[in-house]
Amino acid sequence: MFVCWCGLNIGGVVDVPRVVEEISGCPGVARAVDYRYMCSDPGQQLIRDIIREERLDSVVIAACSPGMHESTFQSVAESAGVNPYRCEIANIREQCSWPHQNEPLEATRKAVELIRAAVEKVRGDEALSALSIPVTRRALVIGAGIAGMQAALDIADAGHEVVLVDRLPHIGGHMAQLSETFPTLDCSQCILTPKTSEVGRHPGIRLLTSSEVESVSGYVGNFTVKIRRRATYVNWDLCTGCGLCTEKCPSRTPSAFERGLAEEPAISIAFPQAVPHKPVIRPEACRHFTKGKCGVCEKVCPVGAIDFGQQDSLIEEKVGAIVVATGYDLHPKAKVGEYGYGVYPDVIDGLEFERLNSASGPTQGQIRRPSDGKVPKEVVFIQCVGSRDQENGYPYCSKICCMYTAKHARLYKHKVPDGQPYVFYMDIRAGGKGYEEFVQHATEEEGVLYLRGRVARVFQDGEHVVVFGVDTLSGKKVEIRADMVVLATAIVPASGAKELARVLKTATDEYGFFSEAHPKLRPVESLTRGIYIAGCAQAPKDIPDTVTQAGSSAAKVLTLFSAPRLSHSPTVAAVDEEICTGCGICVEACAYEARALDTRRHVAVVNDVLCEGCGACAVACPNGATRQRNMARSQAMAMIDAVMG
Amino acid sequence: MSLRQGSMRYPYFPGCTLKAKARGFETSAVASAGALGVHLDEMENWQCCGATFPLQADNSFPLVSPARTLASARKMGERLVTLCSACYNVLKRTNHVLRTDVGRRDKVNAFIEEDYAGDLEVMHFLEVLRDDVGFDALARSVKTSLGGLAVAPYYGCLLLRPNDELGFDDPEAPHILEDFLSALGCQVVDHPYKIECCGSYVALEPGDLASGPSRMVVESARSRGAQAIVTSCPLCQYNLDVAQQGAHGREQAGVPVIYFTQLLAIALGLPEDVLGFEGHVISPGPLLRCVGVVGSDAIA
Repeated sequence: MFVCWCGLNIGGVVDVPRVVEEISGCPGVARAVDYRYMCSDPGQQLIRDIIREERLDSVVIAACSPGMHESTFQSVAESAGVNPYRCEIANIREQCSWPHQNEPLEATRKAVELIRAAVEKVRGDEALSALSIPVTRRALVIGAGIAGMQAALDIADAGHEVVLVDRLPHIGGHMAQLSETFPTLDCSQCILTPKTSEVGRHPGIRLLTSSEVESVSGYVGNFTVKIRRRATYVNWDLCTGCGLCTEKCPSRTPSAFERGLAEEPAISIAFPQAVPHKPVIRPEACRHFTKGKCGVCEKVCPVGAIDFGQQDSLIEEKVGAIVVATGYDLHPKAKVGEYGYGVYPDVIDGLEFERLNSASGPTQGQIRRPSDGKVPKEVVFIQCVGSRDQENGYPYCSKICCMYTAKHARLYKHKVPDGQPYVFYMDIRAGGKGYEEFVQHATEEEGVLYLRGRVARVFQDGEHVVVFGVDTLSGKKVEIRADMVVLATAIVPASGAKELARVLKTATDEYGFFSEAHPKLRPVESLTRGIYIAGCAQAPKDIPDTVTQAGSSAAKVLTLFSAPRLSHSPTVAAVDEEICTGCGICVEACAYEARALDTRRHVAVVNDVLCEGCGACAVACPNGATRQRNMARSQAMAMIDAVMG
Repeated sequence: MSLRQGSMRYPYFPGCTLKAKARGFETSAVASAGALGVHLDEMENWQCCGATFPLQADNSFPLVSPARTLASARKMGERLVTLCSACYNVLKRTNHVLRTDVGRRDKVNAFIEEDYAGDLEVMHFLEVLRDDVGFDALARSVKTSLGGLAVAPYYGCLLLRPNDELGFDDPEAPHILEDFLSALGCQVVDHPYKIECCGSYVALEPGDLASGPSRMVVESARSRGAQAIVTSCPLCQYNLDVAQQGAHGREQAGVPVIYFTQLLAIALGLPEDVLGFEGHVISPGPLLRCVGVVGSDAIA
């Protein structure tokens, strides 16, 4: 029995010597000792020495939460010859000294009780050995933006096969829509296309575009994934990507890639550098599907690739790890009524500005406003639209808008030297290598006028979009008769993120961003083992951070794949088949789909690997057939007796 | 008439202005409601709505008067209809306090010797038209075409804010008045000042402070082709109307500022004596005669 002071964390509240004295006399306790930092190397050595001296067969460590150091002390016990599942932790820090800082006497009494309970538990513990599970060394990456591509490339380059899924017909994500990137102003396509083409031709990457994950079953190392491949109505095995069909197609429909600023044929390839460079038909816009006639594309296709009868198909993949890289969307237009977003054509969002500025965009890179194609001479950029807005939007900061707005203003000024850009901001958050310098260049060298304050209203007045705002530094109301307004709208999770989280049985935060296992120390692991997160699926972030996180998630996947087998805690549910009546109550009680009925033998069974050892089934079982290993009913009763005295 | 329901009855709170300066607001509303199968039952012994909602959280005394009104209205039914934006604002916000703040509710109830739980629904007449009559049914009830009339809606602040207590319409991009005007067949003139301040009680101060904002509102509507402005607030009506006195005088053509119910009564073909245009600085008469929607010279 070992009591840790944890410096003053425990020792400053709990009377440790007194605890040691009281516990020494307990039945079954061979020896009780205390030490200032039990987790330190000398502390660990102390435990090993005493185990050997006293020839102990089980130990209790009274210290911090088992979440912190259970595995440390288990391996210490194991190295001295004690079965690691006969090492119990009494949490006298998080559950005692911290919450009872002002009641030292009571805290000391409680610490004794918690330790007595742990001693009673360890007396009933069996010697168990960890479960061993095989691992499938293939990974699934969901989302093929810069995050997903980077993760897929890193895993595939290490020699493991990757299934890369995206719901769009092409890869590249939002980065493919960007014109230039901060803080270096290099062309987004120029730095992206090497990645997209590498992904497209990598022998280790199975690329599934126009596809979505429909269901996931199994567990770490052994997931089975069903993927729906949407019909593209073009046989891509035959298609050469010559583009004749898109030239001849008579239908036009707003292009999602161009964010509605341009139209595209009903059969089209979203952009010139698209990978795969193959067209898809959008049936809602295609005359063949809407009117039952046309078929021009079918007639002109030189290889007979058009297939109007194509159906969705379901495929199944077995993988050992999953990386979620589903990215982001922008705050919906309907929610920004005061800025006329979605009502006035010359009020646009950041991604629309990217398209206006892109050489392959609707204006071939000239800054021309959507309403009449004129070059806007006064452009107002508004930051924090929906971000940092507890009342009408989201409380969080979208992180990249300060930088991309400075970039937009500078790029605008480069292309329209006699134009005047204004930026309304709350404050400038330019943390990052070369970022502050970039913004400073905009404010000091390039004539971008920064106004600290919010905009109350934007409205159309003839040819102008008038902006009512306030400059809080001078304390004056500002009215700008602008030609175009660009809103830095909040970054929100990609549509369907919460639904995907349900399919993956992992968690999101209240906004739908995927939750990481620990915000600082485990930022790329999800709350479900074997599932990792990268990029804006987790939180708003820029390209450098996204690439970093994607590499990190790939490293985690490779670590998982490097073990010959995975181990799983053996403290799971078990069934006494002599008593079990096969009633199935345990199956309903299980939140992890670890319980099932064996219909042939009429007994309930446990899938050890899926079982998280929560004990819900053991409690629900009406006749005690299910028990929790190392938390038997007798152990629980003995622990309660120990606490109740 | 094809209404969703038969005759609908509502307890109705007029408020002081509708018995004095804004008489036409009430007479046109009550008559129009009647024509649409809605009976507005004026409460007996109603008293001051409170005029402005008290922002002092530790002084519940100004809640007493509106709370009394709410408590007695609850005995008449589950809903209470108002016309004046200020009455709507004060009654609905008081109701919100009584519904959500148990401490203040108990205190006020103890004083007025009632046991009111805040479970009345305070409604604006526009909501009755939208939700119970229905704008589609309203459109079918129109007798006089207003197609030639370009009208600008003006909300002011009291109908819309604070949104989490009133929940009347989108406070940044409201559309209930636009939908109402469309149902009547008017040309709706959108203008940026429709929810900006009219100058409010600053009108009571000597000088020109309030007329500045008011003129901006009128100008924003006029410059976009509005021939008339509609509102549901007597103070807005007064401010926008009077602000034009200096600028245009009685001789020049100003933009008439009228209550939405006055336009409603005209559309429903009701007799002109319910309109009550007396006392308007910018008389709507000439305009309405000009577009042929009223005939009599009796309208000043």
